[in-house]
Amino acid sequence: MEDRAIIQLDHVSKSFTVRSGIFGGRKHMQVIGDLSLSIGKGEVLCLVGESGCGKTTTGKLIVGLIRPTSGRILFEGKDIWSMHNEEFKNYRKAVQIIHQDPYSSLNPVHRVYNILSAPLFRHGIVKNRSEAEEKVLELLDRVDLTPPRDFIYKYPHQLSGGQRQRVAIARSLTLNPKFIVADEAVSMLDVSIRLSIIELLRRLKEEMNVTFLFITHDLAMAKYFGWEGRIAVMYLGRIVEIGPTPRVIENPLHPYTKALLMAIPEADPQVTRNKKPMQLRSLDIPSLLNLPPGCSFNPRCPFWIEGTCDREVPDMYEPEKNHYVSCFLFKGK
Amino acid sequence: MVKEILNIENLFVEYSNIRGKVKAVRGVNLKLYKGENLALIGESGSGKTTLGTAIIRLLPSSGYIKEGRIVYKGNGNEYDISKFNEKDLRQFRWKEIAMVFQSALNSFNPVLKVWDQIYDTAKAHGINNRSFVRERAISLLRYVQLDPERVINSYPHELSGGMRQRVLIAMSLLLEPKILILDEPTTALDILTQRNIIELLRIIKADMGLSMIFISHDLSLAAELADRVAVMYAGAIVELGSVEDIFYRPKHPYTLGLIKAVPTVTAGFRELYSIPGSPPDLINLSPGCKFSPRCEYKISACEKDEPTLVEVGPDHFVACIRHKEINNGR
Repeated sequence: MEDRAIIQLDHVSKSFTVRSGIFGGRKHMQVIGDLSLSIGKGEVLCLVGESGCGKTTTGKLIVGLIRPTSGRILFEGKDIWSMHNEEFKNYRKAVQIIHQDPYSSLNPVHRVYNILSAPLFRHGIVKNRSEAEEKVLELLDRVDLTPPRDFIYKYPHQLSGGQRQRVAIARSLTLNPKFIVADEAVSMLDVSIRLSIIELLRRLKEEMNVTFLFITHDLAMAKYFGWEGRIAVMYLGRIVEIGPTPRVIENPLHPYTKALLMAIPEADPQVTRNKKPMQLRSLDIPSLLNLPPGCSFNPRCPFWIEGTCDREVPDMYEPEKNHYVSCFLFKGK
Repeated sequence: MVKEILNIENLFVEYSNIRGKVKAVRGVNLKLYKGENLALIGESGSGKTTLGTAIIRLLPSSGYIKEGRIVYKGNGNEYDISKFNEKDLRQFRWKEIAMVFQSALNSFNPVLKVWDQIYDTAKAHGINNRSFVRERAISLLRYVQLDPERVINSYPHELSGGMRQRVLIAMSLLLEPKILILDEPTTALDILTQRNIIELLRIIKADMGLSMIFISHDLSLAAELADRVAVMYAGAIVELGSVEDIFYRPKHPYTLGLIKAVPTVTAGFRELYSIPGSPPDLINLSPGCKFSPRCEYKISACEKDEPTLVEVGPDHFVACIRHKEINNGR
């Protein structure tokens, strides 16, 4: 696995400094705590968690938009923040991100042609307008904006949400990436549009052999897109469980994952009305400014062991093959 | 026969903007029965929020009711809400029908403490007895599982999203309304918080026996809470039926498409299917069925006249001329 990894996170932490109130001092907010993760070539890894758990920050760290406070991020075995210029440029070409909101991620004063051709010119892939146009038409065709000539000179506001997201996906493909971070790429879209975008991403994965980090709060979408891959469940900046998607869904190990699956409302009256939600000890999510000691889920966890869970952070245990969980209930199993 | 509390008759709502008239609600006929949960389901631009805000006459200034009646039946009388003036509305809103708006943070005034907002609401409806309001507010906040003393002295930003939503629900119950309209009550909340709000709404329903209208793009909320579901598309109701009919025996191709487009987590795999195309422009609507450009069941007759709702089973209505060919295939 290690030598086939395209992206590795090695004990990565990220903190932000925040001011509290007008007269308050500076505070340290740890968004990512000691995250280690390896993503294999051609894999789909779904990073699942609720808002504020650090999944978007993880995505930004991986594409090099922000620097970790400590730890290393490796692309094909090389630390991205000690790469020299040429290497860093290649890494930036190889790793792309699709943002959540297609309404704000496309420049409203640029036409589709300009949005898609700018990176092509910048990286010297095309030399003149006719080459660029040809390449842009090819990209639009690839993301099913057909006939491409109808779309190439449109402005973003002339497109629907789904069409905009297709343009954003086309932009992520301009430089033939090896790795794409899709950060809530379908969450803003209408239900009837979501699935067609997911299908498009899946097809691109097959055709171009791209590795995906699929970031979502929606377990159902993660299950649907990443059935052949793995799911990592994040809670307050840490991965609490990671394993093959079918195992995590069918045999969740961490109490937090279990609580999520037992709580999630589903579009099937019989299934959803028969759910027996887990009784948590507290409804409140601890603040990142004031994380509890030990396992960060312990103040809410009905299975907590006093004196253990509130003192130490549990290691990653492997109670079944390739299925890891950070919970003392599985220590020595 | 269950008693109806609200009867929307042939309602048309429009917005005027620079491009023309946006036909947001087109000819809606809908009844709400006493003590039932009705879900209005549809995508953005389907008219569901417009319909909800028209019922309590809180449409934005560019919007207006063009035609139709909204008949409220309470205290043995009938009132047409669409004819109310401002004074009537003040007597009516929150006392008879209350609404919890989408986006819990924006519904608050950020510089007022929760108590001041509650008291302002009460005063606006003519209740000036401070200690009475405070007592009622505290018991309601406790009822929605909040720590009343702490919450009442907090500013909105000091509360989490789930807590704010619970405060808004408590405030909506202040004047004991008979109907509660909730616009996307769980959207943008975390899963564990969503579950908590759903359980809370169940308890309120059981305790107070009020009628609720849920507005949501999220099918799972309807699956959780609705007795009946109205599916909206391009400003009209295309299918109306019991929650079982809608989820297990849909007869409109759009409903079928929506249900097949949503994956489930714990319910095992099912075949998913995406609806091609995108919703129509509500300014320049073509004649005929508005869904026909995206519909795989379309025949030439679909493009001629817009179908109206016909009864296809007990209390199950569909606006589709090809409803007999629609098999849910689940």
